[in-house]
Amino acid sequence: MAARIGQLFLRQREASIVAIAVALFLYFWLSSTPDFVTHGSFVDIAQYMGPYVLIGIGLVLLMIMGEIDLSVGFVWTLAPFVVHFFVDSGLSTILAIIVTVLLLSLVGLVNGIVTTVFGVPSLIGTLAMGYIIFGFTLTWTAAQEVTMPTIEIGVGRWFGGEAWSEFLWATALVLVFHVFLTRTRWGLYTVSIGGNLLGARESGIKVNRIKVGNFMLCSSLGAVAGIEEAFRTSTIDPSAGQLSVVLIALAGVVIGGTAMTGGSGTMIGMWLGVLVLGVLGDGFNLRGISSNEDQIILGAAILLAMIANTYINRLRNAGRLQGKV
Amino acid sequence: MSNETSGQQDDILRVEHISKRYGAVTALTDVSLRLGRGEVLGLLGDNGAGKSTLLKTICGFQQPTSGRILLNGEEVTFRSVTHARALGVDVVYQDLALINQLTVYHNMFLNREPVVRPIPLLRNRAMRKIAQEHLDEIGVKIPSVNAEVASLSGGQRQAIAVARAVFSDCKVLLLDEPLAAMGVKEGAMILDLVRGLKDRGEVSIIIIAHNYGQILDVCDRVNLLQGGKITFDKPSAETSVEELTEIVVAEYRRALEERHRSA
Repeated sequence: MAARIGQLFLRQREASIVAIAVALFLYFWLSSTPDFVTHGSFVDIAQYMGPYVLIGIGLVLLMIMGEIDLSVGFVWTLAPFVVHFFVDSGLSTILAIIVTVLLLSLVGLVNGIVTTVFGVPSLIGTLAMGYIIFGFTLTWTAAQEVTMPTIEIGVGRWFGGEAWSEFLWATALVLVFHVFLTRTRWGLYTVSIGGNLLGARESGIKVNRIKVGNFMLCSSLGAVAGIEEAFRTSTIDPSAGQLSVVLIALAGVVIGGTAMTGGSGTMIGMWLGVLVLGVLGDGFNLRGISSNEDQIILGAAILLAMIANTYINRLRNAGRLQGKV
Repeated sequence: MSNETSGQQDDILRVEHISKRYGAVTALTDVSLRLGRGEVLGLLGDNGAGKSTLLKTICGFQQPTSGRILLNGEEVTFRSVTHARALGVDVVYQDLALINQLTVYHNMFLNREPVVRPIPLLRNRAMRKIAQEHLDEIGVKIPSVNAEVASLSGGQRQAIAVARAVFSDCKVLLLDEPLAAMGVKEGAMILDLVRGLKDRGEVSIIIIAHNYGQILDVCDRVNLLQGGKITFDKPSAETSVEELTEIVVAEYRRALEERHRSA
């Protein structure tokens, strides 16, 4: 019976990451980490997760197709400055946010065109794009921090200012994009492109359109993440975002079970992957491990999580092969 | 039932005087073939005989250097595989065009998925039902239409690719080495599928293969391709594996002798 339940559980793609998340949580709880099971600690985890989950959504869509977007972290950096600019120009805050997100989706448009039309590998193309955006941001803002005007904070409360707002937005979007990925033609074609590019193209799927669209979604989500972070911290910092946030989100995506080689990926898994990173960071922080040592543990934890993931997946596949006659 | 007796006017597909050159290399020389309505034609030939080139030319993957293709008596130029497919000529490749990560029914409906309105969500239940009915109808047996294609055997994948082509109203089906790398049981399953399709008579089929034995059995007629030319065209009832093998071996000997002489 237990074996049967185990089998059923293993059949789920997110099984391994759920197991890892639960194990970590239990570890920190049972080893009586001070204040781990408190509201404040959960808020910390939630606030950590919000922005990574947002860009993680875009990265899952891209990585399923075997693509990546390193520029999304720099869009994150730039976005709140653009909002600030539009508010200064007299736009209402809500309108400024919408215009900014739409405008920065054009970064994705360029990324997509560079990848599909010019055939530049997205790893390089988006890295170049990232530097261009970053240089533009620094030049434009003279690398100065800006404070969010109070009026923006007012509207921004539900958009990132409140303790849970960013997390709830991100989680709601994960659910929306989970349906988008698994229950729409667009989602199906995204998987098809990553699974069998030639086959997808031959069946008449507009491969380039899907790719460009997903790059645009990724940039838009990067903009949303940057804006929400600025509302949360009430400052706009030119050193926010950048490459490191992409890499952390990437770790979450991969720990969550999305294949680096493309063809498969899950939104829910990504959410759990980022949760694992959040629980790890929070737990070690509360145990009084300095943020310097924290990096070592984070790195080791990512490795361990990946090894566990690969191992459990191998079990899954073995089970699947046995199940087949 | 074969249609050998029907006139050439009734051919669904005719390839006339097709040549294909890649730079200095001539892959096909003045190849002509015909496919009758409902007929199963075996296109046989050894490795390097030009089978793949001919296949790619018929299915729209590439254009011939010269010559023409007639579909239902009308001259056609296939701009792409997608274009050929839209006109009813579909190919099932060795390296299949299925998406391994998707379920059987999603593959069957790929790029033709029905959705609900107003939010365009996939009608998975309807697709499952129709896919299952269709597979039952033409006699393809798989564990479940919900299975990921990756979890199926090579023969089952091939059968699904064939079923998908038939499902999308294909009139001329090209099978590229359908039995390659397949076990005996798997091969028998594919041949049964072809026989079933022949009995239904809705599709005309060209089977490309280099292994004559099993193929001869299901074909109405065989053509032999050697060195980029069709050298042999007979109803399969009037030939045998031995005859075909002899022709190919003789050709090989002749080529070998010529090489010796010129050396």
